[in-house]
Amino acid sequence: MNVTFTLNGRLRNVNIEPGDYLVDTLRQLGLRSVRRGCDSSSCGVCTILVDNKPVPSCTTLTARMDNKTVTTVEGIPKEASLLADEFGKQGADQCGFCNPGIALSAYALKLNHPNADETMIRHFMVGHLCRCTGYVSQTTALKAYLEGKR
Amino acid sequence: MNIKHFHKAASLDDAYERVNKSRHHAIIAGGAWMKFSSRELEEVIDLSDLGLDAIEETKNEVIIGSMTTLHAIETSEILQALFNGILPEAAAQIVGVGLRNVLTIGGSIIGKYGFSDLLGPLLCMDAQLNFHQAGKMSLEAFLDAKSSINDVLVSVHIPKQNGKGYFKKVRKTALDFAVLNIAITKTTDQFKIALGSRPARAILAMDAMAVLNGYESLDNKQIENAAKIAADATTFGDNHRASKAYRKELAYVYVRRGLFMLNKEAS
Ligand SMILES: Cc1cc2nc3c(=O)[nH]c(=O)nc-3n(C[C@H](O)[C@H](O)[C@H](O)COP(=O)(O)OP(=O)(O)OC[C@H]3O[C@@H](n4cnc5c(N)ncnc54)[C@H](O)[C@@H]3O)c2cc1C
Ligand code: FES
Ligand code: FES
Repeated sequence: MNVTFTLNGRLRNVNIEPGDYLVDTLRQLGLRSVRRGCDSSSCGVCTILVDNKPVPSCTTLTARMDNKTVTTVEGIPKEASLLADEFGKQGADQCGFCNPGIALSAYALKLNHPNADETMIRHFMVGHLCRCTGYVSQTTALKAYLEGKR
Repeated sequence: MNIKHFHKAASLDDAYERVNKSRHHAIIAGGAWMKFSSRELEEVIDLSDLGLDAIEETKNEVIIGSMTTLHAIETSEILQALFNGILPEAAAQIVGVGLRNVLTIGGSIIGKYGFSDLLGPLLCMDAQLNFHQAGKMSLEAFLDAKSSINDVLVSVHIPKQNGKGYFKKVRKTALDFAVLNIAITKTTDQFKIALGSRPARAILAMDAMAVLNGYESLDNKQIENAAKIAADATTFGDNHRASKAYRKELAYVYVRRGLFMLNKEAS
């Protein structure tokens, strides 16, 4: 079947199987920031934005993407760079596997709740597992990102 | 879940017709739980285009479309106003925002999941279900029914009542299912108590409710007694999360705590 959606600002028409999940479609389209972790909606690694809302791409059928807007980290280079700076300053990542998912949720938080306080940041980030770093430095980095400090 | 054909329903009639065509056809809501199923599906029927994702209120009730996501429930001001917002509170504790943007109230009800955190609050708020063909039925009757229903759930209706609510999800880690969940509501002189994730699905603690109903406020002895009855008369089970005995103890402690809280707020 054919599905047409806007991917990182570009209209795409893709031929898919009805049971294909977005994580696979996006990787087949060359977007390697999209990663599979648990494959069961529990780790947040595969998070992407659909119409600016974070969703797990391992659980989202591509067939549902007709007329939607899909964003991956490749589509938000400026924001990703701002976040990378803050994460770097705080030592908030090590292997980096969890980062693209976190970056997209952080960006969605900025779009929807630009004045989020620490409680809100923590609530919004539940479900993003990081096996290396720890969440305190990440929360500090996200606070700085939202406050727009460089 | 293996899918051969993906169909976007054009109308409720269309969805109903197609789901009844074959037992290998199924409605898909968030699709998150269906993903774990090993079913071979000839066709999934997507309700996304039918406008079933709104939370609305009339003079007498709040109507939640079956495709409303748990994140929409969590952030709904209309639902915050019902019984201290116990439904948004329960929704907000399920995994993370990203997944809650996918999970729906319809899928949560139709699945009749033992672990569900929403069923208890909905039972305590007297929720009614509106099916496309079968029409309205109480959530309680739907949950009790042994046979499965091949219908399309359109909406969930919660009568507007003045009252307070209490919800507690007892769990071991932030992302886990509940070891037990406890929901209690109080209107002027009626208490409702539901215990879920026992690990079987949520049920009303009828015996405990019977000894409380008719009272506007309670003394400590009545509360102790009702909590004890709720724990004694409800069936609990063992699983890898907790033992039957531990769940029973939790039920006693949290029903007592919830009743104290609601009683205090009322007085
Ligand atoms: C990783 C994970 C963790 C979870 N943790 C919790 C938790 O801690 N607490 C909790 O309460 N829940 C939890 N859930 C369950 C979740 O809240 C939902 O109840 C569940 O995923 C079903 O919702 P869905 O929208 O995904 O439905 P689907 O998976 O799409 O559908 C479920 C069933 O309902 C049927 N169906 C759906 N909508 C309709 C309709 N309108 N009419 C007729 N039939 C319909 C489908 O055919 C299917 O049989 C978890 C789910 C996941 C994936
Ligand atoms: S891979 Fe999707 S949530 Fe873990
Ligand atoms: S930095 Fe390695 S998982 Fe987060």
